[in-house]
Amino acid sequence: MSKQIQVSGLDAYYGGHKAIEDVSMTIEPRSITAFIGPSGCGKSTFLRTLNRMHEVIPGARVEGKVLLDGEDLYAPTVEPVSVRRMIGMVFQRPNPFPTMSIYENVAAGLRLNGRVSKSEMDGVVEESLKGANLWNEVKDRLSKPGAGLSGGQQQRLCIARAIAVKPQVLLMDEPCSALDPISTLAIEDLMAKLKDDYTIVIVTHNMQQAARVSDRTAFFNLAEQGKPGKVIEMDETSRMFTNPSEKATEDYITGRFG
Amino acid sequence: MTTIQHISTGRRVKDRIVQGLVYLAFALAVVPLVSVLWLVISNGLARFDMEFLTHSMRNIGARDAGGGAYHAIIGTLEQVLLASVISVPIGLLTAIYLVEYGNGGRLSRAISFFVDVMTGIPSVVAGLFVLAFWILFLGMPYSGFAGAMALSILMMPTVVRSAEEMLRLVPGDLREASYALGVPKWRTIVKVVLPTALTGIITGVMLAVARVAGETAPLLLTVFFTDSINNDPFSGPQMGLPLFVFDQAARPNDTAIDRAWTGALTLILIVMLFNLVARLIAWWRSPARGR
Repeated sequence: MSKQIQVSGLDAYYGGHKAIEDVSMTIEPRSITAFIGPSGCGKSTFLRTLNRMHEVIPGARVEGKVLLDGEDLYAPTVEPVSVRRMIGMVFQRPNPFPTMSIYENVAAGLRLNGRVSKSEMDGVVEESLKGANLWNEVKDRLSKPGAGLSGGQQQRLCIARAIAVKPQVLLMDEPCSALDPISTLAIEDLMAKLKDDYTIVIVTHNMQQAARVSDRTAFFNLAEQGKPGKVIEMDETSRMFTNPSEKATEDYITGRFG
Repeated sequence: MTTIQHISTGRRVKDRIVQGLVYLAFALAVVPLVSVLWLVISNGLARFDMEFLTHSMRNIGARDAGGGAYHAIIGTLEQVLLASVISVPIGLLTAIYLVEYGNGGRLSRAISFFVDVMTGIPSVVAGLFVLAFWILFLGMPYSGFAGAMALSILMMPTVVRSAEEMLRLVPGDLREASYALGVPKWRTIVKVVLPTALTGIITGVMLAVARVAGETAPLLLTVFFTDSINNDPFSGPQMGLPLFVFDQAARPNDTAIDRAWTGALTLILIVMLFNLVARLIAWWRSPARGR
């Protein structure tokens, strides 16, 4: 249940401002793809175009193609809501629903989308929390508010919530940037485990993290301030970090700029 | 080289003076509140008995003792309830439109402007409007419902403004989290945004209720007046507590003045009771309470 994403000639705009230009890449199933690059170069914007979250912002639009196993997500007849059901997302800051308990948070995706029986729901919640390595920590307090957990637990709760609807792809927008090293490690271990079932795309500012967890890495950059961001280079992570073919990539990775 | 500075005597003195001024301002603000409460309670307790709460003024002569405000209590409860039933859904839906769908477009700016204008409507004008349109133009009779319409005109802007503010406070993160789960926008609003803002919305509605529960002028023009019990807000004149107080206080004898004080006390208690119930609902629904 994991699918390939093919992007070709994708431009994304915020009103009149072009944020990314002519991005083309292939994201392989059952692997982790990392996006790195300086702030404001359009990594997150690009990530959000992959499940049509970009257009939620007023005035934002996208040109180009995103194919999920050959099916164009931006075809005029495609329902954006169904795209987001197939391609889940985890955000930079943990954002559990404050009015809901831990159980309800995990169940939210299914419950808000239709009727599921209680026993089936119990199974999904347990499975998702186990999948997010959180079950042992919260199994005795499922009815407590989700907002009462620590930051790292909240983020794993958000991952559990995202995988509970059984998406094909999981997009993660700097999922560890608000977390301490131990929680970060827990999330990274989790990603390595989730890779067996999902296509995972992660945006990160942490180069070591990209090197540790990802199979392939894409380096984004912009020519100068105000110009749209582009993909400079994309390759196997091991090659990107040892022997990149572009000078800019090497400069960024070795910390000479950015 | 800079050195560690010590707080000068001048600053210490200024700090003390400002602190004193703040306390003084607080005391000044509390004095009228406490004195009103004290006056109403001390004067109103005399007649605050079962007869007052269960009897109307029917067949009570101008100088008679006894009698009560049952008809006025019923009237106020029904009118405020009807006004809420009219204005809360409209106000809430307007606020949802402004926050979730308006995007600062021309229509939403026009609505915002007219809501601001409505906030400034004097209550007597709302009463006159219903009198002119509903009673004189359409030829409907005086009724509690006509009063409720006038009150709902006064409630609506308060409900819209407070609900709008509360909905804007709901972080965009939560909406995005819901969209990212493949939840449609309308369900996101109903299941995520509204519950998150619920406590604040209830508080706003209660403020609006408290405001209109004490309105006299619009009721004078729309529900008219009666000394008898009329349980049906849709036909015939009704009474309201503010009208009762207004009526009794204008009479020249002490028994009537006492009834007026007790009427005022009852009105304050009813509004407080509404607030208490609303707080209970808000507490019961609040996220902080471990369910």
